Amino acid sequence: MLHYLGTRLLRATVSVVMVVTFVFIVLRMSGDPAVVIMGADAPPEAVDAFRTAWGLDQPIWVQYLSFFKAIFSGDLGQSMRDGRDAVAVVLERVPSTLALTVPAFLLNVGIGIPAGVYAALHRNTAIDRFVMVMAVTGFAMPSFILAMLLVLVFSVNLGWLPSAGQDSWLNAILPIVTMGFGGAALLARFTRSAMLEVLGQSYIRTASAKGLSWSAVVWRHALQNAAIPTVTIIGFMLGGLVAGAVVVESVFSWPGVGRLLVVSVSNRDLAVVQAIVLMIALTMVAANFVVDILYGLLDPKMQSQTRAARA
Amino acid sequence: MAFVQIRDMSVAFGSAPALRGISLSVERGEALGLVGESGCGKSITWLAALGLLPRSAKVGGSVLLDGVELIGASPSVLEPVRGGRIAMIFQDPASSLNPVHRIGHQIAEALALHRGLTGAPARAEVIRLLDQVGIPDAKTRANAYPHELSGGQNQRVMIAMALAGEPELLVADEPTTALDVTIQAQILDLLGTIRRDTGMGLVLISHDLGVVSETCSRIAVMYAGRIVEQAESAAIFANPSHPYTRGLLGAMPPISGPRQKLVSIPGSVPEASRMPQGCAFAPRCSEAIADCTRVDPAAVTVEANHLAACIRATPAKTGTRTPERVLA
Amino acid sequence: MTASQMPLLSAQDLARTYSIRRGMAGRVTNVRAVDGVTLTIARGETLGLVGESGCGKSTTARLVLGIERPDEGQVRFDGAPMPGSGSPGWAALRKRMQLVFQDPLSALDRRLPVGLQIREPLEIHRMGTPAEQNARVAEVMEEVGLQPHHADRHPHALSGGQRQRAVIARALVTQPDLLVCDEPISALDVSIQAQVMNLLVELQERLGMGMLFVSHDLRAVRQISHRVAVMYLGRIVEEGAPDEILHAPAHPYSQALVSAIPHPGKTARRIVLQGDPPNPADRPPGCAFHPRCPVTAMRCRTETPLLKPRPSDGRRVACHVAQGEVAPGHVGQLELS
Repeated sequence: MLHYLGTRLLRATVSVVMVVTFVFIVLRMSGDPAVVIMGADAPPEAVDAFRTAWGLDQPIWVQYLSFFKAIFSGDLGQSMRDGRDAVAVVLERVPSTLALTVPAFLLNVGIGIPAGVYAALHRNTAIDRFVMVMAVTGFAMPSFILAMLLVLVFSVNLGWLPSAGQDSWLNAILPIVTMGFGGAALLARFTRSAMLEVLGQSYIRTASAKGLSWSAVVWRHALQNAAIPTVTIIGFMLGGLVAGAVVVESVFSWPGVGRLLVVSVSNRDLAVVQAIVLMIALTMVAANFVVDILYGLLDPKMQSQTRAARA
Repeated sequence: MAFVQIRDMSVAFGSAPALRGISLSVERGEALGLVGESGCGKSITWLAALGLLPRSAKVGGSVLLDGVELIGASPSVLEPVRGGRIAMIFQDPASSLNPVHRIGHQIAEALALHRGLTGAPARAEVIRLLDQVGIPDAKTRANAYPHELSGGQNQRVMIAMALAGEPELLVADEPTTALDVTIQAQILDLLGTIRRDTGMGLVLISHDLGVVSETCSRIAVMYAGRIVEQAESAAIFANPSHPYTRGLLGAMPPISGPRQKLVSIPGSVPEASRMPQGCAFAPRCSEAIADCTRVDPAAVTVEANHLAACIRATPAKTGTRTPERVLA
Repeated sequence: MTASQMPLLSAQDLARTYSIRRGMAGRVTNVRAVDGVTLTIARGETLGLVGESGCGKSTTARLVLGIERPDEGQVRFDGAPMPGSGSPGWAALRKRMQLVFQDPLSALDRRLPVGLQIREPLEIHRMGTPAEQNARVAEVMEEVGLQPHHADRHPHALSGGQRQRAVIARALVTQPDLLVCDEPISALDVSIQAQVMNLLVELQERLGMGMLFVSHDLRAVRQISHRVAVMYLGRIVEEGAPDEILHAPAHPYSQALVSAIPHPGKTARRIVLQGDPPNPADRPPGCAFHPRCPVTAMRCRTETPLLKPRPSDGRRVACHVAQGEVAPGHVGQLELS
C-alpha cells in the first residue's frame, strides 16, 4: 500500500508541475503583462520600469525558475488593486466558498448516489423514469438558469429566501441547492448505469445462486463494485467544485473565491487571477489523488498490480 | 418420487419463447447430462427452476423439489434451496467470482448462510473445502482475490463454494468450456471424485456430447427450447433416435478410423422469435416429411427409459405413446 | 502430399519475446512467447498446430504471416525471405497469404454489407476491373456456400456459420497460396463447427493451397490436418501424422492432451496433469514441461530437449525420456482416474 501511495503521490506532483508550467505559459501568451497592466498608451520608460520591477526583462527560463520559486514559497505577488498579498486576498475568501461547496458536495453525494442505486434496482418503473427525467434536466440545465429560476420562485414570487448577499445562513440555501442539484443529477445518472452494469455481471448471479437474499446481494456484492467507477466521477466533481462556484457566486453575489475571480479578471488583477487559477488546479490534482487512494482501497486489482511490479 | 421433477416448464422473454414446455426429472445422486447448442435453453432451465432469471422472464409449469413447488415460490422458500440443496457453478469462473472480495470470504458467506458457521470454525472449514477441491496451500490462498488465481483454480474455488452448503445436487453450467484441455480434465476428474465421496447428484450442462458422455449416466438432448431425446448415455450413442442427436454425433470428428466428411447439420438454430411451425428442427432435418412442419411431436418411448420427440421415431413394442416420462 | 517440392512456407528457429511492464513503475518482464519454432508447409498441405492458451501458437501464426517480425530466425515464403513489414514486397505478399480469425463477428465490419467486405482485398491489391471483381466475389461466395443475396446483408443479419463463411470468402478472394486459420471454429456451435471443417477440407483439396490450422482441439486438428505439431510453452514438442500422434503419442504432454479428449464410450484412463497451464513469463529451466510431467527425470530439469527424430521409429519428439536418453523418472505425480 505504501508503494501504491508513493507512485500516486509522484504522479500528483508531476501533475502540479505541469499545471504550474501551463499557467506560466498561458499568462505569458495572453499578451505582454506590462503592456496589459500599464495600458497601451503608457510611456515606454514606465513600461520598462514595470518590466524590471517584475523581472519581465530576464530570459524566459530565469522567469520560469523564479516563478516556481515564488510559488513554492507561497509568494504570488501583490494584488494590483489594493497592494495586499495576493494569496492572503484569496485565502480570506476561501471560508465563504467552502460554506457553499461543502454542503453542495454532500448534497451531490447524498442525493445522487441513493437515487441512482434506487433507479437501477427498480429499472423501468415509474420511479426510475422520474429519477432519470430529473437527472437529465439537472444535467442539461446550465447552473445560471437554474439559479435564476430558483430566485424567481423562492425570492421574487414567494419571498421566502433572499436572492443575494451574505447576511444570514438563509442566503446560502439557494446557491447550495443550485450547485447541489446539477452534481446530484450527474451522479445519479452515472451511479445508475454503473449499478446496472454490475447487476448484469456473473458474480451477482453467483451470489444469488449461493442463497443470499436480494438485499444482501446488493449490499455485499453490487455496491462496492459499482463504487469503483462512481468514485472517478466523484473525483471530477470534487475537483470542479471551486470552478463551479464561479458562476453561482456571481449570480447570488456571494463573496467567495469564485466572485473574486470574476472581479479580478475584469480588473486585470493578474496576481490574484494567477493565485486562484493555481488554487483551482491544485484542488483538482488533490481530488485526483484522493480518487487514486480510494481506487486502491476499493479495487484489489490496483494493489496487487503494484505489489507484482515491486516483486 | 424424483428429487427434482420438472413438468411442462416454459420460459419466455417478451414474446420470444426460450423454453417451450420441458419435462425432466433428476433422481437423488444421479448424474444427468444436458446437451445442446447455444440458445437451446439448457442453462435457462435451471436458472428458472431456482428463480434466478430476471423479473421480465415469464416462467410457467412446475418444478418440484422433494415435492415442494419452486416456481413462483417466495424468497423464504427459494433462498435455503439455492446453494443449500441445489448449488450452481458457471461457465466463466473468473467473472463468476466477485473481484473485490477474497475467495475465503466468498466461501465463508455460503457457510454462514447454510450451516451457520462463522469465525474460526468457518475459517477452518473454508481451508478444508479449498483443500478438498485441490487448491495447493489453501491457508494462504484463502486470502487471495480471484484475479490472483488461474482460471482452473477459480473454477475449483467455485466448486468449493458450491460444496460449502452441502447440496444434494450440483448444477454445473458449462464448467469447463472456458478452460484449457488439460484443465478441463482436472475439473471433470474433481467432480467425479466429489460425487464418489459425497453421493451428490450432478446436472452437467454442456455443448459437448463427449464431455457429458464420460461423466453422466443419463443424457437429455435439447433443441430450441425442447428436450428432443433422453436416455441412458450408452443408449444415446448406440441408438440415437432423434435426427438432431444423430446430427450432433455426426458433427463430432472421430478420433480414429478413416477421415471422411463430417455429417453436418445444414442451416442454423432458429431464433426464438421466429420459431418454425411444427417440429422446430424440421427445416434442418434431412429426414423431414410433410407432417413434420404441421405437428410438434410429443416424446415417444423408443425403448425402456429412452424417449425421442420425433414423429418418425419408432415406438417401443408396447406401442404406448407417453407424453413424458414420469418417474414414480 | 507434395513433399518433394520446395516447401511453400518454411520457418527456421523463430523466436519472439515480448516485454511486459506492469503498472507505471513496474519492472519489465521478458516473455518468450515463441522459442525456436521450425516448421514447413507444402502446397496442398495442412499443418495443424495444437496447444493450450499461452503456448505461443497464435504468435507463431502471426510470425509466419509476417504480421510480426521474429526476434530470431527467418520465414521463407515460396523460396524467398519474408520482406520487411510495410515494404512494397511485403504488401504484395498479403494477397498470397491470408488469415481467418476466431470470432467472425469481430473480424467483420458491422457497418458494411459482407459483399463489399469480401471484395475489399481485390480493391486493395488492384486485382481486375470492377466487372471482374464482381464476378470473382460471386464465384468465391458460391465456393464457400453463401447465396448471392447474402452479399447485401450486414454481418449481424447472418448466422454464425454464414459469418465465418464470409470471413473465409474474404480470405480466399485473392486466391492465396497460404491460408492461416487461428482457432476458426472454437467460437462456433457444434453443428456449425462441422460445416466449417468440411468446408475448409473441401476448399483445400480443390484449391490446393497450403494451410496452417491453429487449434486447441485435437479432434478438429485430426479432421483437417495432414501433419500435426504440438506446442508447449513456445516450442514444438512433437510432430507427426495425425493418427500417429492421436493413437501413439510419444511426448508425455501429447499423451496427456490425447487422454483428455472426451469421447463417448471411452475406456482408457485419463492422465490428469497436475498444476496450471504454464506461465510464459515464468518459464521453468530445462524441459519447460518438467514440473507437470509424470515421468520427469533429473536431466529434464537442467537440459532442454531438442526436437529430433526418435531412433526407434523416426517420430520427431522433444523429450529425453521418449528419445530413450534417460529412464522415466518418478511416476508419483501420475494420477490415473
